[in-house]
Amino acid sequence: MHRNDFVRQLNSPGGDRRPSRVMHIDIPLLLILLALCSIGLTVLYSASGESIFYVKRQATFMLIGLFSMLAIAQFQPRVWERWSSFIYICGLLSLVAVLFFGVGAKGAQRWLDLGVTRFQPSELMKIAVPMTLASYLSKRYMPPRFKHVLIAVTATLIPVFLVARQPDLGTSLIIFSSGFFALFLAGLGKRYIISTALLAMAAVPTLWFYVMLDYQKQRVLTLLSPEQDKLGAGWNIMQSTTAIGSGGWNGKGWTEGTQSQLNFLPESHTDFIIAVLAEEFGLIGVLTMLALYLLLIGRCMIIALNAQSMFGRILASTISLTFFVYIFVNMGMVSGILPVVGAPLPFISYGGTAIVTLFLGFGILMAISTEPKRI
Amino acid sequence: MSQQLVPLLLTAVLITRYFDLQISRYENFATQSNNNRVLVRPVAPSRGLIYDRSGKLIADNRPSYNLTIVPERSPDVEKLLTDLGDVISISERDIQRFRKRLKQRRPFEKTNLRFNLSEEERAALAVNGHRLVGAETSARLKRFYPEGELFAHVVGYVGRINERESQTIEAVKYRGTDSIGKIGLEKFYEQQLLGTVGSEQVETNALGRVMRLLDKTGAQSGDNLTLHLDSNLQRVGLDSFKDQRGALVAIEVETGGILAMVSAPTYDPNLFVTGISQKNYDSLLYSKDRPLFDRAVRGQYPPGSTIKPMFGLIALQEKVVTPNYKIKDNGYFYFKGIERPWRDHNFARGGHGDGVDLSKAIIESCDVYFYDLGVKTGIDRLSEYSAYFGLGSPTGIDVPGERPGIMPDRAWKKGARGQSWFNGDTINVSIGQGFMLATPLQLAVMSARIASRGEVRTPQLVKAINGQEQPILQPEQTINISDRHWDYVHKAMQDVVHSNRGTARSISQGLNYKIAGKTGTAQVISINAEEEYDSSKLDKRQWDHALFVAFAPADDPKIAIGLIVENGEHGGSAAAPIARAVIDAYMQSNPSTTLVNR
Repeated sequence: MHRNDFVRQLNSPGGDRRPSRVMHIDIPLLLILLALCSIGLTVLYSASGESIFYVKRQATFMLIGLFSMLAIAQFQPRVWERWSSFIYICGLLSLVAVLFFGVGAKGAQRWLDLGVTRFQPSELMKIAVPMTLASYLSKRYMPPRFKHVLIAVTATLIPVFLVARQPDLGTSLIIFSSGFFALFLAGLGKRYIISTALLAMAAVPTLWFYVMLDYQKQRVLTLLSPEQDKLGAGWNIMQSTTAIGSGGWNGKGWTEGTQSQLNFLPESHTDFIIAVLAEEFGLIGVLTMLALYLLLIGRCMIIALNAQSMFGRILASTISLTFFVYIFVNMGMVSGILPVVGAPLPFISYGGTAIVTLFLGFGILMAISTEPKRI
Repeated sequence: MSQQLVPLLLTAVLITRYFDLQISRYENFATQSNNNRVLVRPVAPSRGLIYDRSGKLIADNRPSYNLTIVPERSPDVEKLLTDLGDVISISERDIQRFRKRLKQRRPFEKTNLRFNLSEEERAALAVNGHRLVGAETSARLKRFYPEGELFAHVVGYVGRINERESQTIEAVKYRGTDSIGKIGLEKFYEQQLLGTVGSEQVETNALGRVMRLLDKTGAQSGDNLTLHLDSNLQRVGLDSFKDQRGALVAIEVETGGILAMVSAPTYDPNLFVTGISQKNYDSLLYSKDRPLFDRAVRGQYPPGSTIKPMFGLIALQEKVVTPNYKIKDNGYFYFKGIERPWRDHNFARGGHGDGVDLSKAIIESCDVYFYDLGVKTGIDRLSEYSAYFGLGSPTGIDVPGERPGIMPDRAWKKGARGQSWFNGDTINVSIGQGFMLATPLQLAVMSARIASRGEVRTPQLVKAINGQEQPILQPEQTINISDRHWDYVHKAMQDVVHSNRGTARSISQGLNYKIAGKTGTAQVISINAEEEYDSSKLDKRQWDHALFVAFAPADDPKIAIGLIVENGEHGGSAAAPIARAVIDAYMQSNPSTTLVNR
């Protein structure tokens, strides 16, 4: 036992005496995240109409997020593996609570008022669902049997449905894809994937006629022809594409974006913040940011490949792929190739819970990355 | 590896999209973005000012405060209207008009709800500003007539552009202003007074709020008008009417410039500038005295005996009569084949007696002489010449709505009545009755052309535009009448005032210069030859109109006057004293001109 411990220390990265290893910090990941945060704060300052208030608040959340991330990284992945179901149940219960006691704005009921602060349970589910699925599936057969697929799908669809009812189509979509990725990475057979795709296609008319609310349908219609209603529903898309398009190669310069500074651009500091970046920093700014995102995802994939457990591998991959979905959905909707759903741009859009949740996810990735190697 | 490929593929999709927007379609979006934020706003020009001949301001611009609403900025316009109603008084009519205006405006344009806010109302609005989002008070220049009722008819007034006007005006020119000249000089010189609208390019946010000024093209003020009008004469003229109805026009003989143009009673034009209340309007509109009616250029009256000097000139020039030609007047005039005689106004006293020549006929206003003269001259020559003196057609003065009067001839009667011309018609016309009608302005013009010995000037109100003297309007023709005839008639007219038989001798007292004039009386109702006109049996509104034409100084005429006092009965007693007062005022303020020209 004693000897084993010794060997384990010697051979494991844990034996690595570098401070980063001791503190369970993945340096490349941390650097990329810090870079993204600084870009985020810079753009936010401009997008919020040069408001120091927003920047301070966002920076505070980032700091909270950073420390939470580091705190989470200290726990070994199997701790999360063990607690995942509990977190999932808590999340599910609070989602149900939101349905009854939730508070919100603009017709959507998304928050729980905890007195001190407001908490958005759907954000928690973005982490809880992939974690639970990874934990569940990693203990089952690879590829998963039909029964397990069914349970996993159900576990995904319940929160997806609850969040969609809030209504928050964007987050619901993210949760759905995280569940889907987890199944896919657990080695789901091609048959399942193809039939899911077919099922999804068949579901479109059903969704359209029975599930989607009028304003959601309107968003899809608006995507198809934004010019139809310039001052109504099409306004957002028209203004955001104009903001992006008028940025050109180099952009109009920081805080010089007329579309955003003059309030033509709606939601410029939250969901539509990429339009501000595109307007003020041009295509070069957009490409730089995309490069950082891809670096981040690349780093996550490496972590996934080197993960010590199946749980870690599935979870890391799911988180990184889901992270990409965030980016794609947001940048797609703002540039007018996807319908407008509520989806913030990670690390750039203003929003406390979202930022902290993101960091929590990367905290788990750091835990996976710095897990001592098993012999 | 498919899990790495999918993100890369989708990233490629994103890059393609952003490249397409930012690079391929850059020009398109850059333009669109520019249009988005740049708004061109009109800058209202200040309306040209109007001065009298001595530089006294008679139409000014003063700041006034309107309550405006930009519906786009209000979360709930209906609620806002109710809330505003709690703070200041807003009538149902204000709201109705506001809704009408709302339909014609462009997005984010301020729309007027109430005009002319008082100090208290502005304060109340300011205090309650926080709950009146979307409403604001905006200052603009408002027309103000410091002399009030004095120039009401001649200068006119501006008022808010109504729906009918908004369809005919060039909308671009009126961006930024909501007033337009309605009548009088304000209407006639609208294009000059209006000025040129300026513009400012401003950067706005999506709510239309101005963030900064990008470019500005200043508005150009309208042209300032200096009139021939003399405030002092105008005041004396108006005051002389006291509570009588009538009109007076005084013309500067040399230039044709209008020195005074009065229509009594008058009204305060300031009432109309920001919209007159229905109550005030009704009381003006339905008043028996018709204060809104501009008698000076629109009132058409039988000129009566005031045309006798002119007809005398025509007959002399046409050699129908000579100074030596005399008649006997026993009060009646018989015309061959017509049983019923025409009578002289003093038929009761047996007429003007023996040896009535043209001079005496003018001085004592003998009708029988002129019946004879008229028939002998014939309507054709009378009407042809009268046109040169300004009768029967608009004089061409620079105010709108001038009436032409009637100088009848054969063609006119055929057209208007479908009948041939009879000698009886000529006899009526020869003492300024019958079909004949003239405006007070036309009487003044006639008087001025007699004074100038046939030099024709078109009457004009505007003397200078922006300090630039306007040319004297001088049509080619000069009335072709020999000098000795002018001398003769001038002398007779002078004797109307200065001889002890003259009909206007009452005004000669204390005159240190000479006035030439002619009185007139115009019947309001027709009296049969058998009946006698007895004012005591008639309602005052059926009394004869009193007229007077004059010029002075008689030997070197500077000022000519035509005037009427409705139901004044006698030209000599009712009308002539008003002319004297105005001429006195003129002589007092222009002693130098009299001397210089001597």
